[in-house]
Amino acid sequence: MISSPIIKESDSVSFVMSHVFFALIPSLLIYIYFFGYGILGNLIFGVTLGVLFEYLCLKLRNISAKPFLLDGSTIVTCWLLIISIPSGSPWWIILIGVFSAIVIAKHIYGGLGSNIFNPAMIGYAILLISFPAMMTNWEVSNSLGLNNFLNLKNLFNLFHVQLISNIDAVSSATPLDNIKTYLFLNADNLNPNNFPNYEIFNPRSIINISYFAGGLYLLHKKIISWHLPITLIITVILFSSFMSLIDANKFMGPIHHLLNGAVILGAFFILTDPVTSPTTKRGKIIFAILIGIITLTIRNFGGYPDGIAFAVIFMNIWVPLIEKFTQPKVFGY
Amino acid sequence: MNIFNKLSFHGGIKPQGNKNISTKNPIKKIFIPDMLILPLRQSVGKAPKLIVSEGDYVLKGQQLAKPSSNLSVGIHAPTSGYIKRIAMHPVPHPSMLNEECIFLEPDHKDQWIKKKVIDYKNLKLEEVLEQLRQNGLVGMGGATFPTHIKASSKIETLIVNAAECEPFITCDDMALREKTEEFLTGVDIAMHILGAKKAIIGIEDNKQEAITELQKKNQNSKIEIKIIPTVYPSGDEKRLLFLVSGLKIKKMDRPSNHGFQIFNVGTLISIARLFIHGEPVISRVVTFTGNLKQPNNFEALIGTPIKYFLNDCGIKEGDHQIIMGGPMMGFELQNSEITVTKSMNCVLIKRNETQSKDTSIMPCIRCSRCVEVCPAELQPQELYWFSKSKQFEKTLDYKLFDCIECGCCSYVCPSNIPLVSYYRYAKSEIRSEEISGERADIARDRNEFRLFRLDREKTERAERNAQRRAQIPDAEKKKLIEEKKAAIDMALKDKEEI
Repeated sequence: MISSPIIKESDSVSFVMSHVFFALIPSLLIYIYFFGYGILGNLIFGVTLGVLFEYLCLKLRNISAKPFLLDGSTIVTCWLLIISIPSGSPWWIILIGVFSAIVIAKHIYGGLGSNIFNPAMIGYAILLISFPAMMTNWEVSNSLGLNNFLNLKNLFNLFHVQLISNIDAVSSATPLDNIKTYLFLNADNLNPNNFPNYEIFNPRSIINISYFAGGLYLLHKKIISWHLPITLIITVILFSSFMSLIDANKFMGPIHHLLNGAVILGAFFILTDPVTSPTTKRGKIIFAILIGIITLTIRNFGGYPDGIAFAVIFMNIWVPLIEKFTQPKVFGY
Repeated sequence: MNIFNKLSFHGGIKPQGNKNISTKNPIKKIFIPDMLILPLRQSVGKAPKLIVSEGDYVLKGQQLAKPSSNLSVGIHAPTSGYIKRIAMHPVPHPSMLNEECIFLEPDHKDQWIKKKVIDYKNLKLEEVLEQLRQNGLVGMGGATFPTHIKASSKIETLIVNAAECEPFITCDDMALREKTEEFLTGVDIAMHILGAKKAIIGIEDNKQEAITELQKKNQNSKIEIKIIPTVYPSGDEKRLLFLVSGLKIKKMDRPSNHGFQIFNVGTLISIARLFIHGEPVISRVVTFTGNLKQPNNFEALIGTPIKYFLNDCGIKEGDHQIIMGGPMMGFELQNSEITVTKSMNCVLIKRNETQSKDTSIMPCIRCSRCVEVCPAELQPQELYWFSKSKQFEKTLDYKLFDCIECGCCSYVCPSNIPLVSYYRYAKSEIRSEEISGERADIARDRNEFRLFRLDREKTERAERNAQRRAQIPDAEKKKLIEEKKAAIDMALKDKEEI
């Protein structure tokens, strides 16, 4: 017995995910260009671990593993987690992060489609809280440029990382962290738009621009709707403009907020995780506005340089309530 | 320019039409099979009452069963012949149940009963409606709602549903191309009956030939041809109403409450045939399409087993399934012995794909593709969660019964979830719960009444006894008591003696 409809559009979950990979590839290449193969090694290691954890969890839960491994969602989760943490991180950091994301945040909550919290952000938040020094020390671009593509040795960086005391030699805080510390130390006397050792188009902002391009591709392909990313970006622009109007010496302007940190990545790739974000249009807009405000509040007043992860996790809790109160009108009512 | 020209409803999908495979040849004319099997119930409402018996000879167009209630219409002999038997036979219904059918063996003379033209313009409305009822007029779009009920409301605008939005189906398209005049006459008559000032024919822009024919032959300035975009399900009553009038009404509401009535192409052609030629509904156009050598449309006698048409088209090799209706809303038929009914617009042959593609059912990831395509503007993913977890009250909050089961959500679901099946399940659970609730209410009422009655009878009896006692005079009472005493004494004495 078959039941209608008997025809079906060919799109499947894995088809959607393959577009997401396609949107992420350019930024990966730019990343390697500036920082070497370290990130690729991390990705290969992290994704392999993630798939392994996924497989084990599915086996334990007595679920046929094949379709779940092929749908690509595990790979996207691990990918987003890995590119959120410094590429100089040692293997055990990656192990803890991936374990937290796949086993704790995803499978303990019921697996694909049932998790309340964004798995990648849970993995990231656990790492950030547990190992704050490591998580805010990012590798320095050695400006080798194209040579980075030749230096395959970097691929195995994750197994050679020195102890924390030696890290400073090859890593530094992110620009966002630098600016924040700088603003904190020189609150009264300097123009915040002209920091020492800082260019607007640094490697990280260029990577962010490539995320933006990838996001536009997803929008164009209708993989994601505009509501979440565009609302978040507009909120960040408006709110940071407002703050820097109040006190330009204390608060960064919108350009710095967008080009540094994870707003762009978050807007297009993290907020848009359908499982953990609202399904209604109005709900999406409310969700994104609140994430923007919380992120900037953490950045401006909190103890961490960036706040996307915490904002996303915090707002995940509210999704059912937001959906309940943003139900659209049914045809004819 | 009409301001509504750019209107389009929310959602909908654009599946591959596959319409041209069955429109290459004209509609094939009727051929008479060796046996016609007519299900007694072919419409919404009560089955009509049989007025012939086994062995009777009937003429073409003769009534075989007469309406048994207001919501019931007649059944007629599609050709002349003998009533062989009246027995159970599979009918085209998703339940796959058997129902009472009339087996008519044609004598191949195809002899008409005396036909008479009905002068509807000089008849009273009730008489016209009675003609529709007696002659078996029902909605031929698939719902088979008795036409005389729909025609009884007075409205402003008649809307003709010529959208035919489901893929593969072409019966209305072909009928419009070939029976244009008859159709336009039907529109005219229906407008007269309904008292409508104008008619709008809503037709999808993929039916260019039918549109050209209509535009060429339409002389009536009151009939407007409105071309609507090809988006499934534009042919849904409420969606079509919105497309042609801009009016959004909910599922439970009726277009006639707002001055509109919607008729299907096939229904209007039947109306014309009835009033112009005096012919009851004995045939309809059916599309036979899908995995056939030569798909085609047929002017099919009601009651013809579909195997005759399938053989005529030539079924391709391999396992196949027979679907009645289109690929979006159709249902499976158990075999090809099932016969054509008034509701059968299309028979679709689907090849069994032994090598299924990526069709494993995955969890819902709330991607809300279903929300984007839902023409009723529902939240299919929420309805799915609530149906799955049996939170039926919640499904009502989310307006489950506004779901038209068009299948758009299932069509786009990247996780291959059979969403519509969940909604059907939830709806039937709610309905049966309601029915059992009603039954419980009735039982409770009965019980309460029984207790009340017992109580009443008890008091009445007590009253009666008291009255009787009061009526008996004292002397007589004494005498009675003495008699009783004597009887007791006697009995006691007997006992002692023993």
